[in-house]
Amino acid sequence: MTGVLPVTLEESTKVVQALLHSGKEYVCVMKLHGDAPQERVRKVLGEFEDIIYQRPPLRAAVKRQLRTRRVYYLDMLETDGRKVLFRVGCEGGTYIRKLCFDVGEVLGCGAHMQELRRTRAGPFVEDGTVRLHEVAYWFGEWRQNGDEAILHRFVQPMERALGLIPKIYVRDSAVDAVCHGASLTAPGVLKLESGTRADSMVAVMTLKGEAVALGRALSSSEQMVDANRGIVCKTERVLMPRGVYPRLWKSGEEADDKKRRRR
Amino acid sequence: MPRTVAPWETGRDLLVRAEATTDPAFGHKPEERPAEEYLRYGLINLDKPAGPTSHEVAAWVKRILKVEHVGHGGTLEA
Repeated sequence: MTGVLPVTLEESTKVVQALLHSGKEYVCVMKLHGDAPQERVRKVLGEFEDIIYQRPPLRAAVKRQLRTRRVYYLDMLETDGRKVLFRVGCEGGTYIRKLCFDVGEVLGCGAHMQELRRTRAGPFVEDGTVRLHEVAYWFGEWRQNGDEAILHRFVQPMERALGLIPKIYVRDSAVDAVCHGASLTAPGVLKLESGTRADSMVAVMTLKGEAVALGRALSSSEQMVDANRGIVCKTERVLMPRGVYPRLWKSGEEADDKKRRRR
Repeated sequence: MPRTVAPWETGRDLLVRAEATTDPAFGHKPEERPAEEYLRYGLINLDKPAGPTSHEVAAWVKRILKVEHVGHGGTLEA
């Protein structure tokens, strides 16, 4: 198995949970155990689009219960005798090996996964990957040279892992409270991306684009942007250390409101 | 029936609730972090070779870069 594998370093390992549930894309070579007309193979592959049922294999590190998984697309690319090349976009945790086995069952002749290459992991694609020997080489060059541009050739900021997570941009004054685990309240919100539903994972960000925390939205984007008070999202995983932004427990807007009311 | 939209096929708009600026005295734009910090809050988009497991590959990165902790975004193995 080869392909896109984002490797997080030190503190950035905290963003891994954003990646584990994000979508993946693979290119796969499936080997059929009998002959089947190309059109029939294409039709059966099409039946595995949308929602499928899978039980994780024996060697998996997860509970072996039957679960549903979304297959966003499954496109047959070409066939060569009994070999079938296809591209599949799916939810994280979908076992392509099991999918090939099940396709073989439906076709009747049986099949197995011969080769798999991951072409996408969340926001990360093949374009922009580096190989292990390049990492070793550029790291050596950077250590010797000191030129930071070399470091940027093979390391990316952890915020890139949040590419597909809807974002909420907050005031500087709201940052440190969230770094201490506090829930984000409406007055701290400046901008946010559309398309969030209640209960979806969101990323709390500073205006500089730094990741503050991963959280769980309590309402939709439209509701959050109109809200004047109340909790907007629950902080689940703090990503920024405390003290980077000053400790101001009341957001600027809320503090100004209170001052006005007291006069 | 139109097929399901993949997460990377969704576009998002930016909804503005209020405007404000950020103080340059605190924090850094991620791209502008000083080198040691850039590395500690960084990740590598690796093209995994065939053979070793994802865990083994991550362990190699840990050894090459001499860092204390590594993680990876989803096991890629047989």
